[in-house]
Amino acid sequence: MPESSASLSRLRRRVARIEGVRVSGGPARFATGHAAIDAWLGGGLARGRLHEVMADDSEDAGSLSGFAAMLALRIHARKPLLWLRTEAAERRAGKLYASGLGEIGLHGGDLILGLLGDDAALLKAANDAARCAGLGALIVESWGEPRLLDLTATRRLMLAAEASGVTVLLLRGEAHESPSVADTRWRVASAPSAALADGTAQGAPGHPAFDIELLRRRAGPAGRQWRVEWNREQCSFQPPERPALPGLVLPVAAG
Amino acid sequence: MFFPWLPVERLRLTRGHLFADNAGVPFAIVEKVKGALRLYAVDQEAARLGIERDMTLADARARVPRLDAYEYTPHDDHLWLERLADGCARYTPWVMLDAPDGLVLDVTGCTHLFGGEAQLCDDVTARFERLGVVTRHALAANPDAARALARYHSVGASEDEAVRRLPVAALGLDEEATTALKRAGLKTIGDVATRQLSAIAARFGTDAATQVRRIMGEADSPLTPRLVRQPLSVERRFAEPVAKTAFALTILGELAGEAMAVLEQRHEGGRRFEARFFRTDGLVQRLSVETGQPSRDIDAVMRLFRERIDALSDPIDPGFGFDLIRLGIPVAERLDAAQLKLEGGTVAEAELTQLIDRLSTRLGRNRVRRFAPRDRHLPEQAELMLPAMEPAPADTWSTPEQGEPPLRPIHLFDPPQPIDPVVSVPPDGPPRQFRWRRTLHEIARVEGPERIAPPWWTSRQAPTRDYYRVEDRRGRRFWIFRRGLYDEIEKPEWFIHGVFA
Repeated sequence: MPESSASLSRLRRRVARIEGVRVSGGPARFATGHAAIDAWLGGGLARGRLHEVMADDSEDAGSLSGFAAMLALRIHARKPLLWLRTEAAERRAGKLYASGLGEIGLHGGDLILGLLGDDAALLKAANDAARCAGLGALIVESWGEPRLLDLTATRRLMLAAEASGVTVLLLRGEAHESPSVADTRWRVASAPSAALADGTAQGAPGHPAFDIELLRRRAGPAGRQWRVEWNREQCSFQPPERPALPGLVLPVAAG
Repeated sequence: MFFPWLPVERLRLTRGHLFADNAGVPFAIVEKVKGALRLYAVDQEAARLGIERDMTLADARARVPRLDAYEYTPHDDHLWLERLADGCARYTPWVMLDAPDGLVLDVTGCTHLFGGEAQLCDDVTARFERLGVVTRHALAANPDAARALARYHSVGASEDEAVRRLPVAALGLDEEATTALKRAGLKTIGDVATRQLSAIAARFGTDAATQVRRIMGEADSPLTPRLVRQPLSVERRFAEPVAKTAFALTILGELAGEAMAVLEQRHEGGRRFEARFFRTDGLVQRLSVETGQPSRDIDAVMRLFRERIDALSDPIDPGFGFDLIRLGIPVAERLDAAQLKLEGGTVAEAELTQLIDRLSTRLGRNRVRRFAPRDRHLPEQAELMLPAMEPAPADTWSTPEQGEPPLRPIHLFDPPQPIDPVVSVPPDGPPRQFRWRRTLHEIARVEGPERIAPPWWTSRQAPTRDYYRVEDRRGRRFWIFRRGLYDEIEKPEWFIHGVFA
């Protein structure tokens, strides 16, 4: 039905105009470096948008933060990164440790940490920060299910991000999927790393590895899973170099 | 100027709720001296009933059983005196504290603004009376004489005569010297001043001689004004008090405009801005904001002031209105006109510093932090968190080695959280499994130990730590350590110190 698809695309453009989104070309994108993911996403994730990263379990806090920091590095390698979190998050997940973030490639001097008293203050600060074009990326870390973090709140963040061009990563630990206008939504969990040989049978823990799942995507199909590994030297995600040692986990099909 | 009832008035005005339902009950402020509770100050009602200071509380209660007692808090009294001193800044920039209960104002050259000395004194008295503070004041050619005359009433045809009639206690010497002077038959300052000062110094100490010379105006008294003159200060007085905070802020914005124009001529930018709202009843509301970089941006500074007001727990109370608003810029630094880059680089940087300023103003400067490395071995001491408003520290972060996996966790628990090794631990390695936060983790991969010894030069010898990077079967990577070697400690404990990405 060529005419209906033409009218559909006209309608889409009209809606997009009402929503205030640039129609031509779409947003600029940043690639993850993982060829399969970038191909699936049509070149990478959109800049100047809101992206959500979820973790089901508080013990995946390290992977959640790590994945977000790595995405921020992909967005801008050497621009200031503002990380907003609440005191409750610090109690639950531990303090951010700049030396360790440095070990995944994030320069300690580029990180600014904002510690907020509660979720209301977190959202207020996030809205201010998302308007600030001087930031490379903004990470907003929330734990649990804050009542304030609803559709309206995410829309507000999204509009601010679109206006300033700052990519906002909203981390949601121990949360269920809730309505949101985020461009993409990911779930991240730790994955067994490719062991490094150290003379023992099992080997030493290797480079950071995650199982990531694209839960939702605004402009296309979602529901894919990948296992990725972080390469600090190339500042890039990549498929795991070697399969994890057999017998420990069922290998997930690399997409 | 002397406040005879300062401690009791302070209590009454700042802790009004204490007196809500027992108005008129005499009360006293007690201080513990050598194990006995003695009265430090009494209120007017108690004084009328014959209670005096330095009585023990028990004696006073024997006379007036319903006497209320409150603890003496010198620090609060001092803060209150400082607030009163701030209020006096409207008369002269030279306000000195005469602790514990007086102020010295140098009004030289300021009196004509109020229509003369008498009018100025009337204004001071009336203003404090409206607040509910009783004052006694005296004007004299030198501060020591004024201080003595305010505290010890004396009359004379001239100032000199009045000073001469003051009792020797007005010299403000210690008790021993005062008693000695009295015993020698020297009852008034005049008596002392007629003697040869060298004799006085020989017999009663040089302090006595110096004090007499000062009070007679023969020697200079050192003056230490409470406020150093601010580099830049603009103010506006109102014929009619301003009762609306919004309007007061508009005025503050105009003042900021004036101040910025001056700063621009000086090629300077303000780092700290202090607004003071003087209320008609003599109290002052102070607000101060800081910026990370010197700034001449009026809008940015006013935004910071609004942030500060929003963050106040109780809003600004104009009372019966403000009659003077002053904006001071105590800290200013060099700031040349910036050239804007075509691609907006400077603008983006400026936006970031403004964001940091705003967040720091709203949340407190310690809530917005930057990290700085520190040359320490213990992981929890290896980095500092500095306020982001302060200039960025030198960049001495170490770069990780090529091809190595991360050796430090990205989240650190401070203090480390204890874990339960569940089964017995091999003496040369980490546990095979451990329980943390009620979950059992079965360790699949291990690397270690990395031995980190606490600094031996600190006096308290803490046990050595053996750190292991471990990964459990689900792929979670932890940094765990054993506190103490097996030969150091009977039963070493295990802790989790961080989690890896």
